[in-house]
Amino acid sequence: MTPLSKALDQGFKYLLLALVLITLIVTVSVIVLLTKESSGFFSQVPLGEFLFGKEWTPLLEPKSFGVLPLVNGTFMIVFGAIGMALPAGLFVATYLNEYATDRTRSYIKPALEVLAGIPTVVYGFFALTFVTPILKTMFPEIQIFNAASGAIVVAIMVLPMIASLVDDGFRSVPRALREGAYGLGANSVEVITQVVIPAAGTRITAAVVLAISRAIGETMAVTLAAGATPKITANPLESIQTMTAYIVQVTSGDVQAGGIEYQTVYVVGALLFVITFMMNVIGNIVLSKPVMEAR
Amino acid sequence: MSDPILGVKNLSVYYGESQAVKHVNLGFKDKSVTAVIGPSGCGKSTLLRALNRMNDFIPNVRIEGEVKYRNQNIYGKSMDPAEVRRRIGMVFQKPNPFPKTIYKNIIWGPKINGYKFDPDELVEKSLKGAALWKEVKDRLHDSALALSGGQQQRLCIARAIAMSPEVILMDEPCSALDPKSTLSIEELIGEMRKNYCIVIVTHNMQQAGRVSDDTAFFYNGDLIEFGATKKIFTNPDNSQTEDYITGRFG
Ligand SMILES: Nc1ncnc2c1ncn2[C@@H]1O[C@H](COP(=O)(O)OP(=O)(O)OP(=O)(O)O)[C@@H](O)[C@H]1O
Ligand SMILES: [Mg+2]
Repeated sequence: MTPLSKALDQGFKYLLLALVLITLIVTVSVIVLLTKESSGFFSQVPLGEFLFGKEWTPLLEPKSFGVLPLVNGTFMIVFGAIGMALPAGLFVATYLNEYATDRTRSYIKPALEVLAGIPTVVYGFFALTFVTPILKTMFPEIQIFNAASGAIVVAIMVLPMIASLVDDGFRSVPRALREGAYGLGANSVEVITQVVIPAAGTRITAAVVLAISRAIGETMAVTLAAGATPKITANPLESIQTMTAYIVQVTSGDVQAGGIEYQTVYVVGALLFVITFMMNVIGNIVLSKPVMEAR
Repeated sequence: MSDPILGVKNLSVYYGESQAVKHVNLGFKDKSVTAVIGPSGCGKSTLLRALNRMNDFIPNVRIEGEVKYRNQNIYGKSMDPAEVRRRIGMVFQKPNPFPKTIYKNIIWGPKINGYKFDPDELVEKSLKGAALWKEVKDRLHDSALALSGGQQQRLCIARAIAMSPEVILMDEPCSALDPKSTLSIEELIGEMRKNYCIVIVTHNMQQAGRVSDDTAFFYNGDLIEFGATKKIFTNPDNSQTEDYITGRFG
């Protein structure tokens, strides 16, 4: 090695090390910040009231700090979106794997990636100006801001990821297994639903977990589409508010730093962090399980 | 000796432009074992897979000629390929049990095909038919993947038997197995011979000699010689056959 290339090599090593350190520092600071501000919040509001209270009005008098309406809003979007994106993703992956020629595949895969690359604010706009009007023709009573259109665009956003991960999962199922099934007189629907999907089960679960994390954290689209009305409801035609949308609302408003209103942002952020963290842990547990189970 | 239950007439199989099986005429008798031998790449697997339409899943495959099962062309327009595969079962080179329990591996085929059956009875009968019952009867609900390679292969045979086919195609069924498992499969084939028409592809000359009644020798997609195994192995008509069998192949 020449001295120059050696120096470059060393330099590169330290650069990488620095990047790793920065990542660590950022993560730790986020956790410290969230903990600090949250503890300030919890010195005024009991944990139980926050976690189980059914009213969320921190910006209005009388103030109320029950986070359940925001959790309800978030999970409405999440379940709605996954409920649509998972079946759609299974269909897309099945088509790509079992029916599409290599040529068709080479068009669809990049198209999916484009879908994944669209800025989320565009999806929010799309929901407001396109999805909601269509929904209105079917459900005239729908509100301008509503959970349904939010869930639909989030579904479109996570679809590429689900489809692509499930597709990888399907590809990992050995051809021999499919042939074994076809050799017993199965048709392609039976092979896909009873052999390929179960054999790719862990991968599909991992895809769903990742998609849930993504949907929970989704911000701009749901802020624009689903509104800012924290409430506990099961009606997707109404306006709701998600945890992320609340954070946007407060941080883009003129709430004074240091007050309890301001701390709510951190405490909601901390809750989001805990939920996504748990999803990732679950995802890792699922993925580390031995590949195939007996029943 | 009976008439062929399965036969091919002027069968050619192409992958795109290249021809892997060339104008082959051949009959497989019921309740007997036919060995298909020949050097690597001579078209044995291609021929075998043409016999129950497993080539349908490979893009660019083209079939010419006929495969007749009980006097019906299995490539005929009115033929349901799934029905063909129910009657003509297949055992693959590498054991490929489903990632399910032993029990469920057996009943899966009959179930999806809507057969009426008593599952416990069918499982026992099929496993006995594949000489696996004694070894697994206490763990029928364990994963099939926990079995040894040889046991997995016998499970795959049991799974094929459960469909009550008339013909069972085996593509090098012992090539992934140790000598002891190979022996048990060979004994099993000897037993199964009483009930099924078996076509087995093998690279192992001793195996062909031990298990088969008839032998077909292929070279480069052509059927070079077909006849009673005894004759092929002791006094073949064709010098290429002799060279191959005695290992003098160039
Ligand atoms: N899927 C495929 N696409 C294109 N050509 C193929 C395909 N499968 C096999 N072939 C070609 O067809 C010819 C016959 O292959 P086949 O697998 O039938 O041989 P084989 O006698 O079974 O060989 P082996 O003993 O190695 O298993 C070979 O030249 C092979 O390269
Ligand atoms: Mg082969």
